[in-house]
Amino acid sequence: MGKQPDLELSPKVSDEIRQTTCYMCACRCGINVHMKEGPDGEKKVAYIEGNRDHPVNQGVLCAKGSAGIMQVNAPSRLRAPLKRVGPRGSGEFEEISWDEAYTIAEGWLRPIRETDPSKLAFFTGRDQSQSFTSFWAQNFGTPNYAAHGGFCSVNMAAAGIYTMGGAFWEFGQPDWDHTKLFMLFGVAEDHDSNPIKMGLGKIKARGAKVIGVNPIRSGYNAVADEWVGITPGTDGLFILAMVHCLMKAGKIDLDYLARWTNAPVLVDKETGLLLRDKDGKELVIDRKTGKPTAFDTPGVQPDLSATHDGHKPVLHHMAERYMADEYAPENVAERTGIPADKIRAIAAELARVAFEESFELPITWTDFRGETHTSMTARPVAMHSMRGISAHANGFQTCRALHVLQIILGSVEAPGGFRFKPPYPKPSKIHPKPHCKVTPGQPLDGPHLGFVHGPEDLALKEDGTPARIDKAYTWENPMSAHGLMHMVISNAYAGDPYKIDTLFMYMANMSWNSSMNSGGVMQMLTDTDENGDYVIPHIIYSDAYSSEMVAYADLILPDTTYLERHDCISLLDRPICEADGAADAIRWPVIEPDRNVKGFQSALCDLGARLGLPGFTNEDGSQKYADYGDYIVNHIRKPGIGPLAGWRGENGDQHGRGDVNPDQLNRYIENGGFFVKHVPEGASYMKPWNSGYQDWAVETGLYDTPQPYLFSLYVEPMQKFRRAAEGHGDIQPPEHLREQVRENMDPLPFWSDPAPANLVDEYPITALTQRPMAMYHSWGTQNAWLRQLHGHNPLYMPTKLMRENGLKDGDWAKVTSPHGTITVPVMEMAALNENTVWTWNAIGKRKGAWALDENAPEATKGFLLNHLIHELLPPKGDGHRWTNSDPITGQAAWFDLKVRIEKAAAPAESQPAYPPIKSPVGKGPKDLAWKVGT
Amino acid sequence: MTQLPTKTDKKLGLVIDLDTCVGCHACVISCKGWNTENYGAPLSDQDAYGENPTGTFLNRVHSYEVTPLASSAKPHPAAQTIHFPKSCLHCEDAPCVTVCPTGASYKRAEDGIVLVNEADCIGCGLCAWACPYGARELDQDEGVMKKCTLCVDRIYNENIPEIDRVPSCVRTCPAGARHFGDLGDPDSDVSKLVAERDGMDLMPEQGTKPVNKYLPPRPKDDLPEFDVLAPYLEPVAENPGGFIGWLDKALEKI
Amino acid sequence: MHPAPSVIIFTTLSGLGFGLLVFLGLGMPSVTGWTAFWFFLIGYVLAVGGLLSSTFHLGHPERAWKAFSQWKTSWLSREGICAVAALIVMALYGAGLVFFQSQWAVLGWLGALLSLGTVFTTSMIYAQMKTVPRWHMPWTPAKFLTLSLAGGALLAGQVTLAIVLLILAGAITLATWIIGDGQFAKSGTDMQTATGLGAIGQVKAFEPPHTGTNYLLREFVHVVGRKHSQKLRIISGVLAFALPILLLLLPFSHAIAVLAIASHLAGVLTARWLFFAEAEHVVGLYYGKR
Ligand SMILES: Nc1nc2c(c(=O)[nH]1)N[C@H]1C(S)=C(S)[C@@H](COP(=O)(O)OP(=O)(O)OC[C@H]3O[C@@H](n4cnc5c(=O)[nH]c(N)nc54)[C@H](O)[C@@H]3O)O[C@H]1N2
Ligand SMILES: Nc1nc2c(c(=O)[nH]1)N[C@H]1C(S)=C(S)[C@@H](COP(=O)(O)OP(=O)(O)OC[C@H]3O[C@@H](n4cnc5c(=O)[nH]c(N)nc54)[C@H](O)[C@@H]3O)O[C@H]1N2
Ligand code: SF4
Ligand code: SF4
Ligand code: SF4
Ligand code: SF4
Ligand code: SF4
Ligand SMILES: [Mo]
Repeated sequence: MGKQPDLELSPKVSDEIRQTTCYMCACRCGINVHMKEGPDGEKKVAYIEGNRDHPVNQGVLCAKGSAGIMQVNAPSRLRAPLKRVGPRGSGEFEEISWDEAYTIAEGWLRPIRETDPSKLAFFTGRDQSQSFTSFWAQNFGTPNYAAHGGFCSVNMAAAGIYTMGGAFWEFGQPDWDHTKLFMLFGVAEDHDSNPIKMGLGKIKARGAKVIGVNPIRSGYNAVADEWVGITPGTDGLFILAMVHCLMKAGKIDLDYLARWTNAPVLVDKETGLLLRDKDGKELVIDRKTGKPTAFDTPGVQPDLSATHDGHKPVLHHMAERYMADEYAPENVAERTGIPADKIRAIAAELARVAFEESFELPITWTDFRGETHTSMTARPVAMHSMRGISAHANGFQTCRALHVLQIILGSVEAPGGFRFKPPYPKPSKIHPKPHCKVTPGQPLDGPHLGFVHGPEDLALKEDGTPARIDKAYTWENPMSAHGLMHMVISNAYAGDPYKIDTLFMYMANMSWNSSMNSGGVMQMLTDTDENGDYVIPHIIYSDAYSSEMVAYADLILPDTTYLERHDCISLLDRPICEADGAADAIRWPVIEPDRNVKGFQSALCDLGARLGLPGFTNEDGSQKYADYGDYIVNHIRKPGIGPLAGWRGENGDQHGRGDVNPDQLNRYIENGGFFVKHVPEGASYMKPWNSGYQDWAVETGLYDTPQPYLFSLYVEPMQKFRRAAEGHGDIQPPEHLREQVRENMDPLPFWSDPAPANLVDEYPITALTQRPMAMYHSWGTQNAWLRQLHGHNPLYMPTKLMRENGLKDGDWAKVTSPHGTITVPVMEMAALNENTVWTWNAIGKRKGAWALDENAPEATKGFLLNHLIHELLPPKGDGHRWTNSDPITGQAAWFDLKVRIEKAAAPAESQPAYPPIKSPVGKGPKDLAWKVGT
Repeated sequence: MTQLPTKTDKKLGLVIDLDTCVGCHACVISCKGWNTENYGAPLSDQDAYGENPTGTFLNRVHSYEVTPLASSAKPHPAAQTIHFPKSCLHCEDAPCVTVCPTGASYKRAEDGIVLVNEADCIGCGLCAWACPYGARELDQDEGVMKKCTLCVDRIYNENIPEIDRVPSCVRTCPAGARHFGDLGDPDSDVSKLVAERDGMDLMPEQGTKPVNKYLPPRPKDDLPEFDVLAPYLEPVAENPGGFIGWLDKALEKI
Repeated sequence: MHPAPSVIIFTTLSGLGFGLLVFLGLGMPSVTGWTAFWFFLIGYVLAVGGLLSSTFHLGHPERAWKAFSQWKTSWLSREGICAVAALIVMALYGAGLVFFQSQWAVLGWLGALLSLGTVFTTSMIYAQMKTVPRWHMPWTPAKFLTLSLAGGALLAGQVTLAIVLLILAGAITLATWIIGDGQFAKSGTDMQTATGLGAIGQVKAFEPPHTGTNYLLREFVHVVGRKHSQKLRIISGVLAFALPILLLLLPFSHAIAVLAIASHLAGVLTARWLFFAEAEHVVGLYYGKR
């Protein structure tokens, strides 16, 4: 003790590092999994850190990622296939063999496939293998397939793709290295969890400005230099008011608009459709000749102002609409809660930075018209947005409005602005169209999901009734590009449009945080018909953990954890690309499961073969893919194109296109679990029009031929639907939907107010949720480290509302919506829009789930807002129940929720409280003192 | 030995940027992960899956709301949210060290890192009493005092690539809000950062002379009033007609 | 601060015990043989019992011996050394009285000094804590010393002295309460300095780092209602001082003496509970608590 002890300063960190892809959330960061030999000589996961070489996270790791070790060892992990023995919802199961599980599933599925494949509804939630699961569903022959995008953020994806051939979400990113002003609309966390934080870090290090538009000032919005505490649902107005100011001041990028957008394209004065030449090319007036000319004619100088016998260019229509007084800052200030001067100041700041702080990058490039440019002009204002503006009934048009704002500033794909990530940009035209033609015993006629371009593309049967159980691509929501997972259970229960036999779900906690009206959903899943049979006859579900949904299934296919299986984050799906490169990645079993569980995709390979699905059997009827790893390597989508782009071809020297390489997975593992192909320097910006990029994309297998296109400020397909509503063409909406379609399918963005339909007069307060950065939906809670951060969730209330209701921190309040009531603890927050309350999403848990004690704070103090949100709007008295979703895409309008609040006496636990479900995996241990090494 | 070294060759510590921290807790969990597997006993958790889960953490992220005082320029200033990570500040005048009866608590002469020698610790808790910052937690399972080690078993570790010889929390911070270095060397990056951004001490009046520094948030909500920016929105046209006219002229120029 | 029973009992009993030993060391009362034996026994039971109970809250009692090593800086270390020295010296001195009927005065004075030193070092463990402003003042050792002496005098049957010391101790205790209430504000440590955010405006704690509790909150954040503490102050004031003084003023009887001692003990225990429960640690500021 006399002198300071000498320490071992270079202890061995681990015996081996295995590099794979994180799946503590959907961001898909690269991880170094440090393995240590335990006392038993077995190599175990000891420590997880970020992979420095990885394109997504470049070494950093979020709280969830670092807590992976507690997920992989969570007591909530399912252990074996389960057969329900008690009533649905009881949680009473018996463990069975995989063979028995397959036999049961086959017993339900084979007859359906032979008679009517659409009696299977296969919906996958947080699915990172959609190109695989959809392939399986397509082979089965059901039209009823989609992932969770429909209740997630399809407005953002669809608006982006229809407008500019790419979206925010994780499909694009601000030019973090060059932007000087970053404007963030309605984002708490997003899928790009780490990249956004890294980007903000870069911006902050440069001292560049961040403007946060959000009713709540937390997280990203807390570090924003300027906070705009907007009234929820009014971003469209705010954005269009800025468009108004910018157009009036002529602070728009005319050259950009003329060259790269359909601003100069002529609109037919009769039909409102775009004028085209005989080859279907959009027509512009060429300033040199004054004649209508195809937009892509070499040397054409599109004229933004000239008209052609009464047909005006798009920009005229925009001027007429957006320069109108209704969009003057003074006239939107009250509804948006943003003072007119502040709107002006922000618009002016955008103009200042975009045009005064512009600079040139010395990059020589050639555009699709053959003109060569010696530099690229920066518009260093970047924007990003997510569910805050998309999860409203006016979300699609609001997202469109935001893209219009970016585009008139000339900032999309310009240095300092917003950049697409491969496989984007990609014009909406070259995406597949939805397919729904069912033939008993046969595969579907094509991929389920895609982009419609007119009434003829809708998923309707001959009799005009919906072909899909979720009513996607119908007149109720024509552009529902991701399907409507949130409508499946209620439609199946109602037998509207038809009854189904088997509901097959994967990775979606539909009986709890994933659903609107969770209580109602639980009831629909357990309700029986007159002969005592369940209204939804069979439910198969795959989960890895003991979630709330497990209790409601008849058959459970237990998945592995993310460190125990093969996965493929594919360019055919939602890859890990960055703006400067195409990239994909794998997961591989860095540890072997110690339980009788199996990767879900491998189980589908087995099941597919048992059912004799063509894509999953060889000619001789034998099983085609031994497991998912086998599929990843050997499946071929198109000649030369497979799930993974890297190291293709016999000797693995081809990237993008190439034959199967049996050694492919090992090459990925050697490379840290991922593959990157960098965009050539001259092709890094202006990609939609940059021949350099277009050729590279073809070579890489992203396109089959170059696909240059114009940004659609004016979205023609919408006008086609509108015309149908106006009585043109032979496919027309039913009477009760005509007006809705006509009004909403506006080819130019407009703002509509979702509040009245949600009875804002009686329920004046908006109630929101936010993603906690350290939790992933429901599954953070089973994690011993993470649940200490967010073990319960107060309802955060603005100071004004706390005062009005005589509330102080820790008090309880009754929160009532048109649909229901919850009673929950409250906490004051000053940096909050004064008519908005909020809480963290998915912290509240059902007693008995997740291997937690039944008195866990998540169950007694935690709560969900979902009990207040209904998938249908309150009745309007017109005899029709309208869905609580965007009338264009069907996106669930989570954030239109309006409530009323009053003080309540503290109940024993937050209300509603549901009875415990029996845990199929028992309960977790009391204490943890975790150490792998000796 | 609880006498503080008269001077340390280096003053290793952290600089935390309150203008950049988004409050994501990545540093908290990364720290938990590293220090559970490394230095001394694991950081234990009690009632881990139960009613009242609680455990040992060496780094915790608080958050505060600050409401600026109203001024004539800003009659209704918006409140600000500030995320606030806190771990041991490796004080030069570390009261936690001098109170320790066993010598388990000590400050390293070579780099100023304050550590607990778990083999000598009797778990009396006095050092935690003496720390104004709540940087020490007594591990309930092991009965010894736990605190930030500044990842002393990483920063010199020859089994780790050079570039990774930084604390686990620093390496993982997605926003880059945590900086590690020698605050004793005026030319080090961290010292420069502190100078540039007016880095500050926590509770200076406690006289602990923290080595860790905090970079205050930059001024917020100070977008110039519109009149300053007005020139940028000078109207070229009040109505669509005028706008088209302006277009014609403007287009001539490109 | 969390009022840990072991520590409350320790400081109270050992305070009394060493207080008694002080007087024995000074030869008040000057006793020998069996009487001396009983007196010393009481002194040792209290002092040693107290010391032992103080080890109960240790994470590793078996290593307690290491606590003697840091006398250069650590008051806790010094306390340990002082206590052991005091107990040894007083043991020799006591042996003299009990077995050899002889009073080695110098040894006694030394023992008395060491016993007093023990109480002082104990008090300094608290008084040194800048982090607990209510403790961080000279009044704290004054309180510990006078209480110990008053209690010792009581036990040693030094009636008049006891009365004087009780009045003194009572007065000082009262002072620590009144002055103590203002200490936190005086310390200059508040949420603004704790967070360094004072320059921007009014600071309010928002989300805590963890939704659950932790060691810091359990150990340092213990809120007693104001009304509550006023009541307890009165109770302990009456029991520890007023009542014993009254009883001592009555014609002496053993029953009354025992009653006085019991009342004093109960009062000091209450005061000691308050000493911890009322003390606010500055770390509470980070949690928006005090
Ligand atoms: N109130 C409110 N509700 C919302 C939202 C909101 O903002 N507010 N957001 C909505 C949105 S956008 C979404 S995307 C949904 C998300 O809601 P969900 O899609 O339900 O997402 P999770 O709760 O993360 O979990 C889905 C299930 O996946 C399981 N799982 C986790 N890992 C694995 C694995 O490796 N294999 C398998 N087979 N299963 C696994 C989990 O155990 C869990 O049961 O929530 C929606 N619900
Ligand atoms: N850590 C973590 N990361 C996740 C997830 C998770 O559960 N945890 N979930 C993933 C999933 S499935 C998704 S879909 C993404 C979603 O990522 P985000 O889009 O960030 O989703 P939310 O957390 O719902 O954040 C919505 C934000 O919009 C704000 N908002 C609500 N209404 C309005 C409005 O009208 N206007 C404006 N301007 N803002 C508004 C809310 O205050 C909130 O800050 O996150 C993904 N990433
Ligand atoms: S953001 Fe975090 S949880 Fe999501 S993949 Fe990256 S590290 Fe894992
Ligand atoms: S990791 Fe960085 S950004 Fe996240 S809380 Fe810690 S310091 Fe803040
Ligand atoms: S922060 Fe606390 S524990 Fe760390 S050195 Fe300073 S006083 Fe000691
Ligand atoms: S708890 Fe351990 S380190 Fe702290 S003072 Fe006691 S012995 Fe020293
Ligand atoms: S330096 Fe190491 S021990 Fe200290 S907080 Fe960071 S990770 Fe934890
Ligand atoms: Mo989502």
